[in-house]
Amino acid sequence: MIAELGHYALVLALALTLVQSIVPFWGARTGDQVLMASGTSSSIAGFLALCISFAALTYSYVISDFSLANVWQNSHSDKPMLYKVTGVWGNHEGSMLLWVLILTLFSAMLAAFATNLPSRLKADVLAVQGWVTLAFLLFILFTSNPFERLPQIPAEGKDLNPILQDIGLAIHPPLLYVGYVGFSLTFSFAVAAMISGRIDGAWARYVRPWALVAWVFLTAGIAMGSYWAYYELGWGGWWFWDPVENASFMPWLMGTALIHSALVMEKRDALKIWTILLALLTFSLSLLGTFIVRSGVLTSVHSFASDPTRGIFILGILLIFIGGSLALFAMRANALQQGGLFQPISREGALVFNNLFLTVSCMTVILGTLYPLFLEAIDGSKISVGPPYFNLTFGPLMIPILLVMPLGPLMSWKRSDLLPVLQRLYFVAGASLFCIILALAFTHDGPVLASLAIGLGVWVMLGSVAELVQRSGFPKVNVQTAIARLKGLPRSTWGTAFAHFGVGLMVLGIVGATAFSDEKGISALKGDTIEIAGFTLTHAGSQREQGPNYVQDTLLVSVKRGGVEELKLTPAKRFYTGHGTATTEASIKTYWFSQLYVSVGDTDEEGRTVLRAWWKSQVLFVWLGPILMAFGGCLSLTDRRLRVGAPKTSKAKRALANA
Amino acid sequence: MTRKQKRFVGIGVIGSVIGLAVLLVSIALRDEIVFFYDPSEVVTGQKVAPGQNFRIGGLVKDGSVLKEDTKISFVVTDGSNSVPISFEGILPDLFREGQGVIAEGALNTEGRFIAQNILAKHDENYIPKELEGVLKEKNIYKGEDNQ
Repeated sequence: MIAELGHYALVLALALTLVQSIVPFWGARTGDQVLMASGTSSSIAGFLALCISFAALTYSYVISDFSLANVWQNSHSDKPMLYKVTGVWGNHEGSMLLWVLILTLFSAMLAAFATNLPSRLKADVLAVQGWVTLAFLLFILFTSNPFERLPQIPAEGKDLNPILQDIGLAIHPPLLYVGYVGFSLTFSFAVAAMISGRIDGAWARYVRPWALVAWVFLTAGIAMGSYWAYYELGWGGWWFWDPVENASFMPWLMGTALIHSALVMEKRDALKIWTILLALLTFSLSLLGTFIVRSGVLTSVHSFASDPTRGIFILGILLIFIGGSLALFAMRANALQQGGLFQPISREGALVFNNLFLTVSCMTVILGTLYPLFLEAIDGSKISVGPPYFNLTFGPLMIPILLVMPLGPLMSWKRSDLLPVLQRLYFVAGASLFCIILALAFTHDGPVLASLAIGLGVWVMLGSVAELVQRSGFPKVNVQTAIARLKGLPRSTWGTAFAHFGVGLMVLGIVGATAFSDEKGISALKGDTIEIAGFTLTHAGSQREQGPNYVQDTLLVSVKRGGVEELKLTPAKRFYTGHGTATTEASIKTYWFSQLYVSVGDTDEEGRTVLRAWWKSQVLFVWLGPILMAFGGCLSLTDRRLRVGAPKTSKAKRALANA
Repeated sequence: MTRKQKRFVGIGVIGSVIGLAVLLVSIALRDEIVFFYDPSEVVTGQKVAPGQNFRIGGLVKDGSVLKEDTKISFVVTDGSNSVPISFEGILPDLFREGQGVIAEGALNTEGRFIAQNILAKHDENYIPKELEGVLKEKNIYKGEDNQ
């Protein structure tokens, strides 16, 4: 009964979306305010209908209603409650429902909160959102209906893939989807602007907060996904340049370019056509990513059940939206007003530099990800493009961005001079050089490139602080004044500093985790030891434990440093009885920002267990960096400048009153 | 600078960045991609020279897995031809006799494949994409019907 309600709500959402797609759009063409305003109510209603639908599916999972094919295939009555709930989106049908739910969430948020938007623009944006929603609702209803019933009710479910039975599933996909799908709004804004043919700085001011929200969530989502893969897969790797990872990374690169170029458009009314194109491309890459993940056309280390027929449907959606929007862009781009000009050495110039390298590096990622498909289509040879390709192409293209990153915020708009900017960075440059020398001195016959990369990371980190220091006036003014000035700085300045600092921190993490880490493995009997990074790990026996829906063989590993036992690590091999699958549970101990990571393999007939240990130097920076980036984005969001129509500050009011 | 000069410089910078990227991509696509072959292509064809990196995929032959310390050797087969493989390290959770597997590495001079990496998915129904076509052609694997 509840499932039928969910199914009904899904169809209802389709009908409401149809109204949302047509009526406001028609209103905007005929200038009818009532029709335009209807977009607000129909998109909020569509969102509520999908909430009901999603709640119904969740309920079916919670009560383990195995009469639903979807629940039967992906759940088990013994499964802990957390995984019953998160299991809702741990499969194709449920995750698509979450996808559309978030899509309509963004439409509804725009409808409810963007009250200061010109009514015509708002109507158009909601209509375009409606078109996207419509396509994906049809996709769900025709190819992946989660509410399909089974003719006979099975007694027990097939259980969720054990690798997904983890807290990571509760966090990573929702964050990622909010990011991914959030860029649909920038897409809709861009299409709406092209339809009306009017774009100006105000357009960028409307779009930037939404782009930032999406970017913040995407950043956090990718970082969490990376950490999840790191501890769950048991290989100690945190990024594999795998198609499924690239699927989320490509929109991130474009989205990063977008939030920077929208800044230029907002402040200087320049780069308008380019910003529109970026807005289109970012969401196009989100769609491409959805296609890659859901169709399974590319081999991935991450497991997703895939189905080619569904892939064709998404490919159709992809072609319509990407092709349609780019065709519209081609027709309209010339008619759009050209923006203002600026000198190459200026804040705008630096942001263009950033955009150039971000988009070009994104292109290399797209090429590397899709190249196997092309080649197989052309001459049938099967290839894989792995980390070496990306290290060789993407890596070098990131270096100029990192080098220029500290300069950008120190430059003034319109026209700037390089020399004074560089003078302000003398100290930062000196400190970075000092770090390089220090790193070279302390790593005997160590990798020279790694030491240089450390210098680069320090350069970016200190460089991002440099702007704050400079704007505080320190050391020319006393400390109190400096602090008062820092407090008075716009939030967006702080946001930039945090985000850029995060990038530098991540560079340090990547260098540490790749160049200064260690890995050792043995086939161990009880009493055998591994020496790694000053630790002595000893196989101290094993024990069998019973979990709610699995049994696990836990290996006790005693960790000694300097002869003193510090703790016992407990890596395990788990066997999920319902699903009939084994997983590896790594055991990790964190020391400051570095981690000792221990994982087990199979045990043979003689009782030898494969034991593998990694020392991951500064690895936590890899994820702390993105978290700081996301935090910086949040700070920027709270800047008053972004709140269009926000009441003027009391200071400005006083200035007005005095005048 | 005049407007014309500025535009010229701008196009020059953009062009050189794209040129650099194209150069990097073409080098990387020449040197860093890894081809996939099935055992028949490796045994009968003259496609691979010893030391050349590639991926091989097939089914792990029943009764062929030998473990000694962390060293593992097994035979991968596509039904008509087989290639012996050596590997040192932790095997994926789903590595099993009779299951599909993909190994990445190179042949040594004796025709033994020295794997750097073993890939097997975390889903027992999973057959690597490249493998599916090969095994279907040879009628070993009929495809999975999940519904």
